[in-house]
Amino acid sequence: MADLTTEFLGIKSPNPFWLASAPPTDKEYNVRRAFEAGWGGVVWKTLGAEGPPVVNVNGPRYGAIWGADRRLLGLNNIELITDRPLQTNLEEITRVKKDYPDRAVIVSIMVPCEEQAWKDILPQVEATGADGIELNFGCPHGMAERGMGSAVGQVPEYIQMVTEWCKKYYSKPVIVKLTPNITDIRHPARAAHAGHADAVSLINTINSITSVDLDNMAPEPTIGGKGTHGGYCGPAVKPIALNMVAEIARDPQTRGLPISAIGGVTTWRDAAEFMAMGAGNVQVCTAAMTYGFKVVQEMISGLSNWMDEKGYTSTQDFIGMAVPNVTDWQYLDLNYVTKARISQDDCIKCGRCYAACEDTSHQAIAMSEDRVFTVKDDECVACNLCVNVCPVEGCITMEEVPAGQIDERTGKVVSGEYANWTTHPNNPSATAAE
Amino acid sequence: MATSHQASGIQAARLDAAGIAENFSDLHPPFDAHEAAVAADRCYFCFDAPCMTACPTSIDIPQFIREIQAGHPESAAKTILDQNILGGMCARVCPTETLCEEACVREAAEGKPVEIGRLQRYATDRVMEKNEHPFARAEATGKRIAVVGAGPAGLAAAHRLAMLGHDVQVFDAREKPGGLNEFGIAAYKATDDFAQREVDWLLQIGGITMQYGQKLGAQISLDELKEQFDAVFLSIGLAGVNTLRTEGEDLKGVRDAVDFIADLRQADDLTTLPVGRNVVVIGGGMTAVDAAVQSKLLGAENVTIAYRRSREEMGASRFEQDLAASKGVKLMFNVMPVAIHGEGAVSEIELEYTEVSGGKVTGTGERFRLVADQVFKAIGQTLQGQPDAIALEGGKIKVDANGRTSVAGVWAGGDCASGGEDLTVTAVAEGRDAAMDIHSSLMG
Ligand SMILES: Cc1cc2nc3c(=O)[nH]c(=O)nc-3n(C[C@H](O)[C@H](O)[C@H](O)COP(=O)(O)OP(=O)(O)OC[C@H]3O[C@@H](n4cnc5c(N)ncnc54)[C@H](O)[C@@H]3O)c2cc1C
Ligand SMILES: Cc1cc2nc3c(=O)[nH]c(=O)nc-3n(C[C@H](O)[C@H](O)[C@H](O)COP(=O)(O)O)c2cc1C
Ligand code: SF4
Ligand code: SF4
Ligand code: SF4
Repeated sequence: MADLTTEFLGIKSPNPFWLASAPPTDKEYNVRRAFEAGWGGVVWKTLGAEGPPVVNVNGPRYGAIWGADRRLLGLNNIELITDRPLQTNLEEITRVKKDYPDRAVIVSIMVPCEEQAWKDILPQVEATGADGIELNFGCPHGMAERGMGSAVGQVPEYIQMVTEWCKKYYSKPVIVKLTPNITDIRHPARAAHAGHADAVSLINTINSITSVDLDNMAPEPTIGGKGTHGGYCGPAVKPIALNMVAEIARDPQTRGLPISAIGGVTTWRDAAEFMAMGAGNVQVCTAAMTYGFKVVQEMISGLSNWMDEKGYTSTQDFIGMAVPNVTDWQYLDLNYVTKARISQDDCIKCGRCYAACEDTSHQAIAMSEDRVFTVKDDECVACNLCVNVCPVEGCITMEEVPAGQIDERTGKVVSGEYANWTTHPNNPSATAAE
Repeated sequence: MATSHQASGIQAARLDAAGIAENFSDLHPPFDAHEAAVAADRCYFCFDAPCMTACPTSIDIPQFIREIQAGHPESAAKTILDQNILGGMCARVCPTETLCEEACVREAAEGKPVEIGRLQRYATDRVMEKNEHPFARAEATGKRIAVVGAGPAGLAAAHRLAMLGHDVQVFDAREKPGGLNEFGIAAYKATDDFAQREVDWLLQIGGITMQYGQKLGAQISLDELKEQFDAVFLSIGLAGVNTLRTEGEDLKGVRDAVDFIADLRQADDLTTLPVGRNVVVIGGGMTAVDAAVQSKLLGAENVTIAYRRSREEMGASRFEQDLAASKGVKLMFNVMPVAIHGEGAVSEIELEYTEVSGGKVTGTGERFRLVADQVFKAIGQTLQGQPDAIALEGGKIKVDANGRTSVAGVWAGGDCASGGEDLTVTAVAEGRDAAMDIHSSLMG
């Protein structure tokens, strides 16, 4: 079994799986049980300033979308930061950290955008002995209206300013948690970097309305006939998070800035993908909220199994390995030609590839009287749609047309030489190939 | 006090009421909403779906399953009933393993087809539960049509004709409608008086008058019907049965399986229905299986099906065979009856092993006897009571692709007509299609 010990910002944890700041980490009781279940670390549920805590709604606070067999695919919430007194949380954090010195304990904080507020809370947090802090600039609902959360996270100047305050009044690592509710994730990441953040974590939840109650004509979850947008998370948001992580990992201005990836991590594979995409570790919320703390056990066994298979002895071995292969569209090789191939042995003759290609793509799949489906090489543009809609995994594959052979669709010989859009004759601003 | 399994002779009450209730409960219990959602999610929504081609009534299966999946089973039911007005019964009795589910691509892929039959039941039950009838009659045409036989073929034809605006009069020799849905189908396939409930629901279309105790050839004649109606549809099923022509066939305790099943279906209390301790059923079709299984479920100790050909040639599907075996019925292949023995009543049946070559069955000479206090004959039903004027083909009323018989103005469909398998769903398809042809020939 591979050793999953991971060091992130100098904070060691027995594995790279941390619980994200959310209900699973809202109190001592939960966090102790999470550690017993095997989680490597937690980011404590976001603390607010001293004084009367925020209040949550007393009606439903979650909405969801489901796939087959009511598998939860996306969760949406309108919960706020912790609704328990600051002192209670601080005392609990202190006790837990003392009892679990080998686990990471990070404290998430959201206080008003005033230097004094941060100056007040940071020494108290420091006194808990926790390993670091995470600045919640992400919460998209409730707190944003009060000038916190994503209201700060959407303004790079504020991010930089608050980060700088934190670095001034707090000695341990500062992680800036980013909101995905922006146009270009690189700007807030750059601002965090400029403010000397030790790391960024992302994504927080995405603004969303999951569904509309068609009897009451109100968004779900409905509270007294009304609803509001909430934050979306869970498996459905993973592709969005993955792209944002990749953007920061490959941005020349933020390259090398440690990333704690969040968003839809459900199995070991999701975690491995985020880490290959540059994340030093991952944080999980919805998977734990759906299945309980025990899910981490599959993440642990799956990741170490895969590392053993690949011969990786440390998570460090593969972190960031996929980053160099993320590029811009214009640099993709236009001379790389593939064709779809249908394995007749695996095909179950459902005809979905045919319907998809015939109705919505390139009319490149032929269907015979006796339901044999074949690809017409002279029409196939290799779009991959058939591969994606085929219910049999591995039945349709994309086969590369080797250099020297003719692409029957274009009638041209495949050159085998790399050539991209920047040099393509159809590109008005093409630069001549050397 | 229940009579035990071991009590000899033909006895009632071998099981108590609870045992009977358990044995005769739904063979395929209905899906609840979640099960239906999960089952529906398995459908791939195939293009030009093979399951649909395999359905004799060509129900748009991917469409109705998608309607279930999207949460409107009522539209799913409409999709089903548009093609097959007895979609509720067919959902219960179709041998799906040889029809739609056999053709389902997931059967090919993993040996586990989408459960089309149970999904069909889920959808149709929703509509029947609400007692909604999602069809209305077209403007009256003034045409009058006689339907003889109120089985699935007759009912399907009558409904379609009524819907198209014709006035329909249905005649049946029995005192109840439904045909074999009511008198033949195994009890555990159509529980809770489903056959009658379905007929009541079907008749809500209006424009259909039912007349019972009217037998063609007795109370009514084809000539009269032809005179009084604009068209006649014959759907009289197969009212006769084949005989064994074996020594001892007349002994007490030897009976036609279809009569036993009809008694069973009509019994108000199955604990009062007598059955033997040692039952032997001769035959290899669905009737043989149903008689055997239901004997066992009534509490018979030993039940044997004796079929003269091999397992592969058996008319009952592999699913039906396995069902029988799972209930404890013994299946014997390549054996034929040569004599039935007994003093006044049957006590033994003598069988001979057979060989089949070139389709012909011959005895090997090796014989043995089985203890039997009841023997059911299930060796096929035959056409009976058809008008003389009508041409036959292969022992059935000869019809063309549109159900037209040799006599002008007379159509036929279902088991009594040539072509197609003898199944409920085929009868429905033929009744419906003949109705469409009657309509177009009457309306020009
Ligand atoms: C025991 C048994 C089990 C079966 N199980 C299944 C099954 O599980 N699944 C399946 O798909 N199929 C099954 N079948 C076959 C199926 O029941 C028939 O194919 C179907 O009922 C045929 O319908 P029909 O309308 O042609 O005839 P029937 O259902 O036989 O109806 C004929 C009607 O005509 C009436 N009639 C007959 N003669 C006259 C006359 N001279 N004058 C007036 N009325 C007359 C009868 O009273 C009856 O009501 C089974 C059959 C049997 C015998
Ligand atoms: C009910 C709920 C409450 C949350 N509260 C917080 C919070 O207080 N602070 C915070 O930084 N993120 C909060 N989040 C966001 C999560 O920490 C995490 O970023 C997000 O759910 C994406 O991860 P996931 O897809 O694994 O759930 C909350 C999420 C949920 C579902
Ligand atoms: S999850 Fe727990 S707290 Fe939430 S509604 Fe259900 S029972 Fe109540
Ligand atoms: S989608 Fe896949 S399984 Fe279905 S017909 Fe096409 S290749 Fe065959
Ligand atoms: S063949 Fe099976 S999977 Fe395809 S449409 Fe029919 S039921 Fe669905």
